[in-house]
Amino acid sequence: MPDGALPVLDVRDLKTVFQTRGGEVHAVNDVSFSLKPGELLGVVGESGSGKSVTMMSLLGLLPSPPADVRGGTVNFDGDNLLDVSPEKLRSVRGGKIGFVFQDPMTSLNPVYQVGFQIMEPLRKHMGMNKREAANRAQELLELVGIPDAKRRLDDYPHQFSGGMRQRVMIAIALACDPQVLIADEPTTALDVTIQAQILELMKELRDKLGMAVIWITHDLGVIAGIADRVLVMYGGQVVEHAPVQDLFGDPQHPYTRALLKTIPSIAGERAARLTIIEGQPPIMAGAPTSCPFRDRCDVAMDRCAVQNPPRYDLGDGHDAACFYDARTGGPRDA
Amino acid sequence: MLDEGKKPLVSIKDLKMHFPIFAGLLRRRVGEVKAVDGVSFDVMEGETLGLVGESGCGKSTCGRAVLRLYDITSGSIEIDDREIGATPQTELRDMRPTMQMVFQDPQASLNPRMTVEDIIKEPLDEHTKLSDAEKRDKVGELMDAVGLNRKFAKRYPHAFSGGQRQRIGIARALALNPKFIVCDEPIAALDVSIQAQVVNLLEDLQEQFGLTYLFISHDLSMVRHIATRVAVMYLGKIVELAPREALYAEPLHPYTKALLSAVPEPDPSLARTTERIILQGDVPSPSNPPQGCNFCTRCPSVMDICKRVEPEYREVQPGRFTACHLYNDTNDTAGQTAGHEAQELTNKENST
Ligand SMILES: Nc1ncnc2c1ncn2[C@@H]1O[C@H](COP(=O)(O)OP(=O)(O)OP(=O)(O)O)[C@@H](O)[C@H]1O
Ligand SMILES: Nc1ncnc2c1ncn2[C@@H]1O[C@H](COP(=O)(O)OP(=O)(O)OP(=O)(O)O)[C@@H](O)[C@H]1O
Ligand code: SF4
Ligand code: SF4
Ligand SMILES: [Mg+2]
Ligand SMILES: [Mg+2]
Repeated sequence: MPDGALPVLDVRDLKTVFQTRGGEVHAVNDVSFSLKPGELLGVVGESGSGKSVTMMSLLGLLPSPPADVRGGTVNFDGDNLLDVSPEKLRSVRGGKIGFVFQDPMTSLNPVYQVGFQIMEPLRKHMGMNKREAANRAQELLELVGIPDAKRRLDDYPHQFSGGMRQRVMIAIALACDPQVLIADEPTTALDVTIQAQILELMKELRDKLGMAVIWITHDLGVIAGIADRVLVMYGGQVVEHAPVQDLFGDPQHPYTRALLKTIPSIAGERAARLTIIEGQPPIMAGAPTSCPFRDRCDVAMDRCAVQNPPRYDLGDGHDAACFYDARTGGPRDA
Repeated sequence: MLDEGKKPLVSIKDLKMHFPIFAGLLRRRVGEVKAVDGVSFDVMEGETLGLVGESGCGKSTCGRAVLRLYDITSGSIEIDDREIGATPQTELRDMRPTMQMVFQDPQASLNPRMTVEDIIKEPLDEHTKLSDAEKRDKVGELMDAVGLNRKFAKRYPHAFSGGQRQRIGIARALALNPKFIVCDEPIAALDVSIQAQVVNLLEDLQEQFGLTYLFISHDLSMVRHIATRVAVMYLGKIVELAPREALYAEPLHPYTKALLSAVPEPDPSLARTTERIILQGDVPSPSNPPQGCNFCTRCPSVMDICKRVEPEYREVQPGRFTACHLYNDTNDTAGQTAGHEAQELTNKENST
């Protein structure tokens, strides 16, 4: 990967809190990461760990109230996206930063034809006329593998299958040749063959346009196949971060280790029962004062109950937020 | 071991679901999307039938049609000894509690103005005479069962993550102790641990109450885990149906082979080297399927006959069904297998 290149996106200490009737929910706690041009960053983590809220926060997509982005910086293209005007932010979104939402049915507008929805950003951000936009829209649908693309431009979202809607979202996000694509579970509804096709497309765009990608997914197989680096989230925090080979070959955080054990396999013995991570996810009611994984961790120590572990640098671009040193089998010195 | 003694709870014959296509200024009907185009299968009592296949091949439509969420184009649907293929919607109401669906799109299927508790409780209000306290208990149990914290009962759907919302839908589908559940990608939005938790839960409920599932998924490793038998769909038709072990050990239909070879490998050192059968060509449109075999435009083993004659879907080995001309001559099973292995070898050579 392009080592030494300046990051295209740099997120520092991002903090997002929701105000609810039942009190605060600290959904994102001091999340930091950066992304270089042409790089593919995979994001994995437990359901509810704050992956989507992190990305929505940095794009200013969360309604406030209830969301309150309390701190941090998001550097992109010379600006801190948390400070810029709403107009500026709107032009970045869907333009230089493409975004695929986790829930395609609610992010596509049910009353507009699919073609119209793909053409809109092309006309707005790329200054295309109607005919150019229509041609490009058809091309984009073909790129994401929708058969009979031309005719389907006139269809409404409900006439598409779940996976097709997801691919429409991907087409929209890619429409304006973004520098950064943030894709939140973009292939959950896709079968493996079409998924493989989409992943190939991502690599191609990365090589051709230097597009950088943040790919949120629960599918560790996909991560293994395309990510350069991986961010693991748990309880609103980054708990581990490593180059992809190291994450699978030498996982350090107890959550990551447990997660890797839960993957069912397509080959080999079929397990009578699937492995799970016992216990409940954290409630995230206040700013963390202890390790969020404490109740489910099998190597927890006294210290884990009174201090939230920082991200320890383990060298070679690998870090983990844990007081236990898996390499020595003992506690880490602070 | 072929489900002896077990009888089908669900029996589908030649089910078709076509959607009309309208075009032009007058919105005239110019054709149809043959989303489901003549499928037949049984789901045995207490079994899980996995339904897999490419995006857009008709899985969701099939699942919805089986539960009569559509007025179907033609075919027969027998559930629990009752033919419901042509039954008017109003008369289906009393059957609804026995058959439930977990929807693919959790967000779109949850009412944003209801709290989670009310959403899960709604079917209990509609179809049972439980007291309020009993209902609240039941909702709490269901939330525990799907791994949602009871403290969240008063929250609205938007305050949940994608995976949490999916579990709300599952809890609701389970509320009435149904006999038959169509699960449409019920675990796709969940992390692996919670996927495992939900699958374990579905299995426990099956064991306890003898539930029967049609389990739609594109996750072939999860289907391998949960399904008793697996049906593979391509472009509106079932191309192969077999017991789980047999299907994964020795897929017969060329499409099934391609599908299994494309499963991503959760190990980066292997992931970038494993051999894949990458299918060439575009997926044909379900409004204009090719002549002959639906798969002939992309099949690595295509023969002349495939482009002219549609292969018949039939039992080629005990308990194994497929629709492919490679398996036409089933009387001579031994020779058949050898021939097909040779075929496979040439395929491998061609694809590398
Ligand atoms: N509007 C809201 N009000 C209160 N809490 C919220 C709100 N939106 C999200 N949350 C909470 O914030 C946390 C993080 O949610 P997020 O959607 O980021 O999870 P996620 O990691 O994307 O999970 P998934 O993998 O299931 O999509 C969750 O615990 C969720 O319940
Ligand atoms: N209401 C509708 N009107 C017109 N066409 C439809 C309608 N519903 C589905 N289709 C079409 O029928 C085909 C099958 O769709 P279906 O949703 O069953 O696919 P699927 O196998 O579930 O795909 P996925 O894995 O992407 O969810 C698609 O081509 C889709 O566009
Ligand atoms: S910090 Fe402590 S509780 Fe947290 S993961 Fe490490 S050992 Fe476990
Ligand atoms: S019938 Fe012919 S085209 Fe169809 S799957 Fe079999 S070999 Fe391939
Ligand atoms: Mg999410
Ligand atoms: Mg579907």
